[in-house]
Amino acid sequence: MEHSTAYVADPVHDSAGGTKEIWRTFWILLGLTIVELVLGYIMIGVESHGGRLALKGAIIILMLAKAFYIVAYFMHLKGEIRNLVMTILVPLALLIWAIISFLYEGNSYRNNRNTYDAYHRERSHIMSTDKKADEKGLPEKKRTGAME
Amino acid sequence: METTTVGVDTKWWNGGKSPFNVEYGKLMMWYFLMSDSFTFGAFLIAYGTVRFSSNGWPNPNEVFKSYPGSGEFTNAPLVFVSIMTFILIMSSVTMVLAVHAGHERNKKQVATYLAWTILGGFAFLGCQAWEWTHLHHEGAWWGSNPFPNSDGTASTTNFTNFFFTITGFHGFHVFSGVIINIVMLIMTLLGTFEKKGHYLMIEKAGLYWHFVDLVWVFVFTCFYLL
Repeated sequence: MEHSTAYVADPVHDSAGGTKEIWRTFWILLGLTIVELVLGYIMIGVESHGGRLALKGAIIILMLAKAFYIVAYFMHLKGEIRNLVMTILVPLALLIWAIISFLYEGNSYRNNRNTYDAYHRERSHIMSTDKKADEKGLPEKKRTGAME
Repeated sequence: METTTVGVDTKWWNGGKSPFNVEYGKLMMWYFLMSDSFTFGAFLIAYGTVRFSSNGWPNPNEVFKSYPGSGEFTNAPLVFVSIMTFILIMSSVTMVLAVHAGHERNKKQVATYLAWTILGGFAFLGCQAWEWTHLHHEGAWWGSNPFPNSDGTASTTNFTNFFFTITGFHGFHVFSGVIINIVMLIMTLLGTFEKKGHYLMIEKAGLYWHFVDLVWVFVFTCFYLL
């Protein structure tokens, strides 16, 4: 560790705000989490596909906001030198490509199987014979595996 | 103190100092965390891909609806997991307060906040242990999924496989974080950092701990909310 002090001009990157900024970040994170949970509860009652999608989009945006506050303020990345920030964040852009392409791939695989694989298509209409399905009170005839 | 006087014309890459203005260990911790985020990213993207390729998927609100002491037919979705989330955020705050106290070289405060962080870590692990046990009693495990899809059709074991693998991998990170923090607490109490003249080690441990919290933000959203 002796050498580190010689290389580093000022290794301590304390945020200007001190503990005040820490607690501000905490309240922001708590608030964002509560909004996420409220949206999650609202989603339980929403049946429409578009409505659910909109709520999921909002939750993902809030998730990214939380990630920003943790990385920027708790991990002090905001106080680091721009070059350092870039060497960490630019490689992570690969994940953006990965998310888009893999989810697209998964969706396309489902569509192809539903179109060309009759066995798979019929299987995914088989109702669960689990006791949890009984609790839901699903009609008996729906569990025979017949196509809807 | 030099950073405040360093102007635009300073040549960071002329040698003699770290061009990133951080010590070696902290830089490597950042790069480790970057590589670790690729691991978690790969796990979560695989989960998303399989979910997108499936015709049906269990509804998380029907799977995660219990808390310790609740009855068999309790329907309380999101309650227990929000407590877990709160515990982890709180322990992240005490960790950053420990780092802050380290900058002021306040040994007593560093030890106190580290102890709180360790406690939060154990509380989170306890919650996760309860949840795993509870799900296991319901018949859920790797290769076994008792929960039907949200539309009532028979489900595959993909849901439980991904759930236990990803929360397990995250829980393992929390566990290692707690171990690291315990080592930090012992070193603080022994006065190791006092002798060194700085508490930079706490900062590196703090980075790891915040990363664990960061990953939970994503795991929590992907498994319990979406």
